Amino acid sequence: MNLTLEIWRQESPKAKGKFETYKVQNISADCSFLEMLDILNESLIDKVQLPINFDHDCREGICGMCSLYINGRPHGPDDEVTTCQLHMRKFKDGDTITIEPWRSKAFPVIKDLMINRNAFDQIIQAGGYVSVTTGGVPDANSIPVNREDAELAMDAAACIGCGACVAACKNASAMLFVAAKVSQFALLPQGKIEAKDRVKAMVAKMDELGFGNCTNTYACEAECPKGISVSNIARMNREFLCANVK
Amino acid sequence: MKSILNYSSLSKKYVMAVAGIFLMTFLVVHLAINLCLLRNDDGEWFNAAAHFMGTNYIVKFFEIFLFLGILIHVLLGVILQIQNWMARPVAYKSASKSTTSFLSKYMIYTGFVVFVFLIIHFMNFYFMKMGWVEPTFTLNGEEPDFYLVAKALFANNLYSIIYIVLITVLGFHLNHAFQAAFQSLGLNHPVYTPIIKKFATIYSILIVVGFNIIPVYFLFCNA
Ligand code: FES
Repeated sequence: MNLTLEIWRQESPKAKGKFETYKVQNISADCSFLEMLDILNESLIDKVQLPINFDHDCREGICGMCSLYINGRPHGPDDEVTTCQLHMRKFKDGDTITIEPWRSKAFPVIKDLMINRNAFDQIIQAGGYVSVTTGGVPDANSIPVNREDAELAMDAAACIGCGACVAACKNASAMLFVAAKVSQFALLPQGKIEAKDRVKAMVAKMDELGFGNCTNTYACEAECPKGISVSNIARMNREFLCANVK
Repeated sequence: MKSILNYSSLSKKYVMAVAGIFLMTFLVVHLAINLCLLRNDDGEWFNAAAHFMGTNYIVKFFEIFLFLGILIHVLLGVILQIQNWMARPVAYKSASKSTTSFLSKYMIYTGFVVFVFLIIHFMNFYFMKMGWVEPTFTLNGEEPDFYLVAKALFANNLYSIIYIVLITVLGFHLNHAFQAAFQSLGLNHPVYTPIIKKFATIYSILIVVGFNIIPVYFLFCNA
């Protein structure tokens, strides 16, 4: 496949970025999207040019490091996959592909396509954990968990924190991420104990960091590589309401 | 008490939703009154309803909430929207291709149109009711004859057409608003949410058709 790529290049967080056009040739349809970018970077290095910075780590769709807003969709044209799991067969020979970083005030660009998602870490630090006193390992199944809740908690815990929800949302809202993190605990007995403080702290942090407000457009759910449902957002809305009423 | 402007994003949305639900309930009452215009009784029922709404103390009590509801809903809507615009200072080059609820993307615009409509509507009716402007038609020389006022407005084809368009935009706003209010309040359910969404569509169609029957009736049947 021969492709034209329009890629956002930005020297540093403060620098003014712009789109540059690159051509790549003879790309195999079985190549992953990131491998295609690796090939482009190799050719740039050969020409003694600066390679394009982009985030990745596991390349197995589990770490949530890869990002990229590809042709108007976070993680590109495939559903429920991360960019590292996207294959070039989803494109046609001769296509022009526009590649942009996630755009959000809370996710500043570090360089080129690489963004700082530290805001998510701060939200987790605000309350996305369960306090435990260490000691002997408790017996498995000593705390009974209803099957249905366990399933829902697992579904919420599938969130890899990639930020596609923020990238997709027209309001750059982090609601789906925060809701998934709130839900995975709120559904389980271990998490219920701190549920009220947790939801208050995490929502306050989310607001403070400058993410937008949810207007129920559900683009987040459509673009989540892990298929996290917006019913989690409703659960967080309930949790937060109850936490503030009582 | 914290100022409403300092509320968390979620609390602002609760208030938006509750105010919105109240306004949507009121619309049904309003529609019922408007439909009296269709009776061939020279405005007897319609004027009786208008008189009741203008004088009954319970209605007057709720009127306070109605104005508060409109004010808060508009104010919070604008604030939330400005924050949302600020949350993405650099726009994407490629237009979004994500699957979303279509009408949800235009709430601030449809909301603005509804607001303009409200202003026109207040100038035509409410100001007269309050005695701020001279009534164009009166019953017994003092109380405004809203039946004749409405009839005169709808006799103007341009007014009727604008009315029909604006009410249709209101319908677009309501269609998303109805279901979104439930989600904002945390009411999402695998069985009931799809029903709520269907009901939202039915509700918004009924509102649009119900209100628009009247200008259509005056345009074609009562010329
Ligand atoms: S690189 Fe780990 S999820 Fe894509």
